[in-house]
Amino acid sequence: MMLAKPKLGVFKFSSCDGCQLSILDAERELLALLDKVDLAEFLEASSARMDPPYDLALVEGSISTQEEVERIVRIRKESKILVSIGACATAGGLQALRNWSKLGLLESAVYPEPKVARALEMAFPVSDFVAVDFELRGCPVNKAQLLQFLATVLRGAKPRLPRNAVCFECKRAGNACLVVAGGTPCLGPVTSAGCGAMCPSYGRGCFGCFGPSNDVNLDSYASWLEAHGVEHSLVESLVKGANSQSTEFRRWLEKHG
Amino acid sequence: MARVVVDTGPLARVEGEGSLVIEADGANVTDVKLNIFEPPRFFEGLLRGRRVEEVPDIVSRICGICPVAYQVSSLNAFEELFGIEVDEEVRRLRRILYYGEWIESHALHIYMLAAPDFIRAPDVVALAKKDPELVKRALAMKRLGNDLMSAVGGREIHPVSLKIGGIFRAPSKETLAALTPELNRLRKSVQSMAAFVSSLDKPKLKRDVTLVSLRDQARYAIDRGEIVSNRGSRIPPSGYEDNFIEHQVDYSNALHSRTKEGMTYMVGPMARYNLNFAQLHSVAKAMAKDLDIEPPLTDPFQSISVRAVEIAHSLEEVAAEIEQYTKPAHSSVPYKIKPGVCYGVSEAPRGILYHSYVVNGRGQVERAKIVPPTAQNQARMEDDVRLLAPEIIRSDPTEARRLSEMAVRNYDPCISCATHFLKLEIRNAS
Repeated sequence: MMLAKPKLGVFKFSSCDGCQLSILDAERELLALLDKVDLAEFLEASSARMDPPYDLALVEGSISTQEEVERIVRIRKESKILVSIGACATAGGLQALRNWSKLGLLESAVYPEPKVARALEMAFPVSDFVAVDFELRGCPVNKAQLLQFLATVLRGAKPRLPRNAVCFECKRAGNACLVVAGGTPCLGPVTSAGCGAMCPSYGRGCFGCFGPSNDVNLDSYASWLEAHGVEHSLVESLVKGANSQSTEFRRWLEKHG
Repeated sequence: MARVVVDTGPLARVEGEGSLVIEADGANVTDVKLNIFEPPRFFEGLLRGRRVEEVPDIVSRICGICPVAYQVSSLNAFEELFGIEVDEEVRRLRRILYYGEWIESHALHIYMLAAPDFIRAPDVVALAKKDPELVKRALAMKRLGNDLMSAVGGREIHPVSLKIGGIFRAPSKETLAALTPELNRLRKSVQSMAAFVSSLDKPKLKRDVTLVSLRDQARYAIDRGEIVSNRGSRIPPSGYEDNFIEHQVDYSNALHSRTKEGMTYMVGPMARYNLNFAQLHSVAKAMAKDLDIEPPLTDPFQSISVRAVEIAHSLEEVAAEIEQYTKPAHSSVPYKIKPGVCYGVSEAPRGILYHSYVVNGRGQVERAKIVPPTAQNQARMEDDVRLLAPEIIRSDPTEARRLSEMAVRNYDPCISCATHFLKLEIRNAS
């Protein structure tokens, strides 16, 4: 008996398209990948659609309108495995910076369910609304990590998504520490690995594309930076990036922002 | 009489969320509306108060398909305000990065987004089944564009290397030269790309259209220039907002642009091609001659051919740039922040990307205005659909949908701050 191929859905919410483009950017692997699945929905790539349910749903983008709330709830119901891909889906993305505006804070104070009542005024991670099975971080996601993840999940195995700090990758890349050696503010110690320590390798401080690392103590690191002469506003603007709605970064911003 | 409504469902292979509504009274088209309901992401608002150094990385997140365009337009604005003379080799690196973006984006459009329309297939997978060798070459071309971007920028989506005053780290000559063998292989293969676009059965549309692009005395405009049009206007970037006016329309979340005379206009490959043809590389000009599309060329269905010509041009230019590159002694120059108003433009794959910023004495953005190419093209897309509407209405539903979608896709719309649906409704009212 021939087993049916898994049905893959790729869905976009409020975002820049970059994370789903990472799939099309896998030029060497794309045709092999698409041969292993039935493309049930991937509007950026195909006008062919299949009815739900989906075996695997990749969700890009943050939830920022009432329609998006209803749509993500529906897609969750229709999907066996639901995966948030990228900073918008996992931690709000840059558009969630509007949540830190006075308007956003005001509305959280006024409405009992501000997320639902005034979704248009704010942007949220997917996991604020539905259960998420896996999260692929990054702004954008790392293409190699995405492909490895898909290969693993499509085989029915459990994927590994390391969440140790960028510092681990940075050491392996042989970089001198920007913070210690150069006094450059860098979020590497509190940011999840995944990019291969790209910015430090270019001689610039990490600005947190992959969100908080495991067991992060941002309070401690931020005050260390400030004690070493980095202005508070600079630390704040680094944390107030694409991952401001991650639990750890949000908590710090609420306290110190 | 009952209203007939044809609703063909979602449009794929664009970056944008909208619906196209065509209203007709019998054979007379009464209205055409391209609705965009992309969820607004308020980038111009959230840039307020951010330090100028952060801006290139923030604005790149507006678009995953043309992040370099966003970075370069913002850098052009700040560097002019601060009086920075960027090193010539650094400019070269930025162009290599930018050509990479053109090659990647155009290859994506030609083979993955547009081609399926012409062969009446849903996607590139169907194309691969028909002609695997063609798709292999297509993917290699797209790959090269991405590899050029990664070599200069670290990664193809939201590259990390550009900064005000220069580049964080200049690649070695060897890093770039490593791409030369593949580059040369693909330069030799452009004939097959031309043969492919030439083989496509294209609809035709005659129209009188205002074309607007940048012009750079040094080269076929890409990373900078002044704004010119086929109506004879010539304005500096600072004059943009006096000459092109954004209008809000009640059915769309995206603003529509018109010239100050109220005309719709087209930006992008076809505008650049008509206005700057003389500066194309001879290989690209020869391809244009073979394709029999030498300017003046206004038929929007030839946009796919023009993109192929621009790929051929980019491959030649990038080969020469890599050949001439010498790693600069200093990858960036120091600068002092000055307050003021600044303007930056560049030619994104889809056309002019205009930025303007008000910077305060602390180096923060007080006001930002960004006009992407797709906003400028929107009203013109409606005009094209209006011109095609009689044929659309005469066609059966499948063909009507295909033709309407193609008329929009000619512009490679990158309403990328949102995707999802383009619903086509043809309402026949009476």
